[in-house]
Amino acid sequence: MSNLNVIERNAWRFRAPSVIPGFGITFGYTLFYLGLIVLFPLATLVFRSSELGFSGLYAVATEPRVAAALRTTFFISFAAALVDLVFGLIVAWVLTRYEFPGRRLFDAFVDLPFALPTAVAGISLAALYAPNGWFGAQLASFGIKVAFTRWGILVALIFIGLPFVVRTVQPIIAELEIELEEASATLGAWRVQTILFVLLPPLLPALLTGFALAFARAIGEYGSVIFIAGNIAYISEIAPLLIVVKLEQYDFAGATGIASIMLAISFIALLIINVVQAWSRKRFGHV
Amino acid sequence: MAMSDTVLATNMKSKIRRRGATEDTRFARFVLISIAVSFLGLFLFAPLAVVFVEASGKGFYAFLDAFRDPDAQSAIRLTLLIAAISVPANLMFGLCAAWSIAKFSFPGKSLLITLIDLPFSVSPVVSGLVYVLVFGAQGVFGKFFSAHGIQIIFAVPGIVLATIFVTFPFVARELIPLMQEQGTVEEEAALTLGASGLTTFWTVTIPNIKWGLLYGVLLCNARAMGEFGAVSVVSGHIRGLTNTIPLQVEILYNEYNSVAAFAMAVLLASLALITLGLKTLLEWKYADALSGRARKH
Repeated sequence: MSNLNVIERNAWRFRAPSVIPGFGITFGYTLFYLGLIVLFPLATLVFRSSELGFSGLYAVATEPRVAAALRTTFFISFAAALVDLVFGLIVAWVLTRYEFPGRRLFDAFVDLPFALPTAVAGISLAALYAPNGWFGAQLASFGIKVAFTRWGILVALIFIGLPFVVRTVQPIIAELEIELEEASATLGAWRVQTILFVLLPPLLPALLTGFALAFARAIGEYGSVIFIAGNIAYISEIAPLLIVVKLEQYDFAGATGIASIMLAISFIALLIINVVQAWSRKRFGHV
Repeated sequence: MAMSDTVLATNMKSKIRRRGATEDTRFARFVLISIAVSFLGLFLFAPLAVVFVEASGKGFYAFLDAFRDPDAQSAIRLTLLIAAISVPANLMFGLCAAWSIAKFSFPGKSLLITLIDLPFSVSPVVSGLVYVLVFGAQGVFGKFFSAHGIQIIFAVPGIVLATIFVTFPFVARELIPLMQEQGTVEEEAALTLGASGLTTFWTVTIPNIKWGLLYGVLLCNARAMGEFGAVSVVSGHIRGLTNTIPLQVEILYNEYNSVAAFAMAVLLASLALITLGLKTLLEWKYADALSGRARKH
């Protein structure tokens, strides 16, 4: 036994020793499958866009129609994530803190945008907000047009992003210690002061994470948007749609260029999430 | 004097404020609940309800007629086939990944987990595009496969690959944190008592993770059957051959065949409702048997 220990200590091993079998085959298969399905195809995209070079990518990004689509996608995604941030916080607060009839049903339904296929969400939102739809007809009487305009994109992206904010913030609200609120109230704070200075700060990292997740999802969203957007070039055309358009024109370089720009944006969002979570772990001890 | 003033003030305050110090006023509660419920109603319930209303707009027979179309039937068959291949493939991967990551310790683990989650941060359209770049006519392997008479893009294999890509992390990301929480003690006990590796896996590990496994498979299946963007890029939209249900929905909708489009959409919306129902049931009944990360996607 002591001999064994000596050997273990001296020899460098990739994994710590264990009596559990099957590391080689499961780890090997994991790497193989990950490489085959995810890494190799993504590497191909990166390789192809590197062939374009920086000047080629710049040319793609500054092509007026592409630039317009990237701007539309970026700004409307940002606006949608902001709306989700505000209403997601209210929904999460209400679902966690208050009792009211149907609370559990509403809670379960928050995940609907995850479960409902995007094409179905797309056609039903388009039907709702079309000039003869339930909401569209009401809004039309006020002279507001949602379907087939940029507002339509906003509506679809709000739908898609909502659960990201709610589901990220909800567990943190549930973990907030009631003692902190009591202390704050005992020390004479108004309820509003307690909410602003005691309750909101620890929620901030979760809110930022939820915002970034909703934003990242909105940037890439395709199915739920294209039916309601009207897809008018330079106005209500989103970047993912433009990739499809370029592919149909056999413009592989253009499609690859847009795709790599979008990939870069979503990786930056992912990086921000990780930085926020690392900061949060240090500052608040939770994610 | 000063003393009695304070007492008086406290008494008055206690009469005005009957609610607890950490409670919101009834008015605030009412307003917030109203905002939340109206927001969920407008943005979640209405889109779901409209699917069923539009599908039944021209009566039950018009609804049923939509499924008599051979193209619709082949779309349903194709969707089932795609799910039947991609879900077990990702289940197999999820088990292997979770076993190697959760039961052993080795460097680079968090990088590996990040890489497994990668497909979730890639746009569906880009997920389709990468396979066109690999297997398409202009692609890295395109020439090789077309020379051997194997078509991948604009055919079923491409749809399967794109679906596997977008549903890749579902099972793994549910199982990894769950099995990490459970640790290795029970497996070690079984192995020390002489059970073989496979026996340990089937009789110790699987019963511990079965609800988490089901949870992951449910979500994976819902996404596999409903994926639109990625599949749309690689499918080529050949009627009766490479159209899945979501793609068929798009075609019918663009042809202004609204009833048929929404009839197909009803299938997917029902699938979504069943998935949500089972998922919620699992979360209520077996919250302890699911990982803490389960509710975050």
